[in-house]
Amino acid sequence: MITLHWLYALAGAMFAAFAFLSALDRSNPKHFGNAAFWGLMALSLLAGDLIGDFGNGLLVLGLAGLAGFGFIGRSHPPTTSEEEREAWSQRLGNTLFLPALIIPITALVGTLLYNYTPLGGYGWIEAKRETYVFLGLGVLLALATIFIWLKPPPLAPLQESRRLIDAIGWAAVLPQMLAALGVLFAAAGVGTVIGEVTQAIIPKGNVFATVAVFGLGMAMFTIIMGNAFAAFPVMAAAIGVPLLIQGYGGNPAVVGAVGMLAGFCGTLMTPMAANFNLVPAALLELKDQYGVIRAQVATALPLLVVNILIIYLAAFR
Amino acid sequence: MTNYWPLLGIALVVVGFALRMNPMLVVSASAIVTGLLGGMDLVQVISTFGKAFNDNRIIAIVWIVLPVIGLLERHGLQQRAAALIRGFKNATTGRLLILYLLYRQLTAAIGLHSTAGHPQTVRPLVAPMALAAAEKQHGELDEDTTETVKAYAAATDNVGLFFGEDIFFAIGSIVLIQQTLVTYGYNLAPLELAVWAIPSAVCAFLIHGLRLLLLDRRLARRAP
Repeated sequence: MITLHWLYALAGAMFAAFAFLSALDRSNPKHFGNAAFWGLMALSLLAGDLIGDFGNGLLVLGLAGLAGFGFIGRSHPPTTSEEEREAWSQRLGNTLFLPALIIPITALVGTLLYNYTPLGGYGWIEAKRETYVFLGLGVLLALATIFIWLKPPPLAPLQESRRLIDAIGWAAVLPQMLAALGVLFAAAGVGTVIGEVTQAIIPKGNVFATVAVFGLGMAMFTIIMGNAFAAFPVMAAAIGVPLLIQGYGGNPAVVGAVGMLAGFCGTLMTPMAANFNLVPAALLELKDQYGVIRAQVATALPLLVVNILIIYLAAFR
Repeated sequence: MTNYWPLLGIALVVVGFALRMNPMLVVSASAIVTGLLGGMDLVQVISTFGKAFNDNRIIAIVWIVLPVIGLLERHGLQQRAAALIRGFKNATTGRLLILYLLYRQLTAAIGLHSTAGHPQTVRPLVAPMALAAAEKQHGELDEDTTETVKAYAAATDNVGLFFGEDIFFAIGSIVLIQQTLVTYGYNLAPLELAVWAIPSAVCAFLIHGLRLLLLDRRLARRAP
């Protein structure tokens, strides 16, 4: 059976290649830091089940230390020049988008075929995880297509993706860190405590008020922290799971997905999300550094109301 | 007696992020403090954190798309996106931005969110095009109007990205939701979550699109 471990191996091999190429990249003054950081990610993906829970814990602290104390930096792997890219773009036209489409189409068609034809009956793939498996297949198909079509140098996919992952840096690992933090919150009983407090404040049995507090809470926490990813494990532990899903029988997919989007409304309104709101104001040379936020508030507020309504109307049918 | 101390862990995240400390350190510190206050010893906390990180490795596999995106960028993907956006040039400011909103939502929904963004498309293309369109319809722009049009260009990019990307299932936020809910025993498939991003995406398009049409009207009123 194809399990998620096959995908971990694929991703692990990619991160191992990033580590190896980083170590050799003398043009980046922090190349050993990058090599160590992506090497730890590779170790986690390839051997996470072998090094024990405490070993994994030390690995996470290692990642956090390397990132938090500035040991990793941006690299500039070999790539094509602006002129070459312009020439390719003119020559290839919009067909250039097609290889990228292979990925979602493979994942979507594969998932539908697997679930709605007898194919799924063979049990080839780990349950509920077939979409990720087809994602991996889609990536391999897209890479094969590009190699046959454009014949790039053999190392190009790894060097180009290293260029991208180094530009993202530690932020690539943050969602996984936050998910782990959510587990700690749950284990320490944070959700239970906030759930009790909230239950004392919101009238018992008032589903709408609870949904509204959940949606506003996602937006508020996101405004304070600048990051909906960080707000989600907190609000899920506090209200989403104990009250909306367990208490009132809400549909977990709606509560989760739309709850996150309520958080995104908060992202539109906060200077804490500097990359989205302050950096563009500077890039566009706005006199008002909050100009972008001002232009977004009137979209974000009604959208927040809409998201709360969607949860209320769709999760409790 | 309920133990309220673990709540300090949340406070730590809030304060740490608010003080702009490195999020990786903030999250680790919060995890350790929360666990200790919840009654675990240090080895237990580190083990629990490590096990949780290991159990959530699936979040890291969204990065396997990078070699494909990187190779396409090598062959001019960003330049092609720019050419496509340049094709919107014969529209009014509001309509131009609506087309861009649609472009941003649709490309993000199929995993191509990196083809656009503030440095890649808004500054070099969308903002200048929106300004040119405004001038063409309404004559020379005063400073306030220039600021407004530029701010709307950036805002449109953000709205399009945020309310498009979650339709693509292999994105950090969707996997994070899935993995957080697994902790509580709700095992959902990623597509079950991603389809629930669609209603909000449609509403975002309608609300922001309406505001862009109103921007057109406001610009018309300022015309000489």
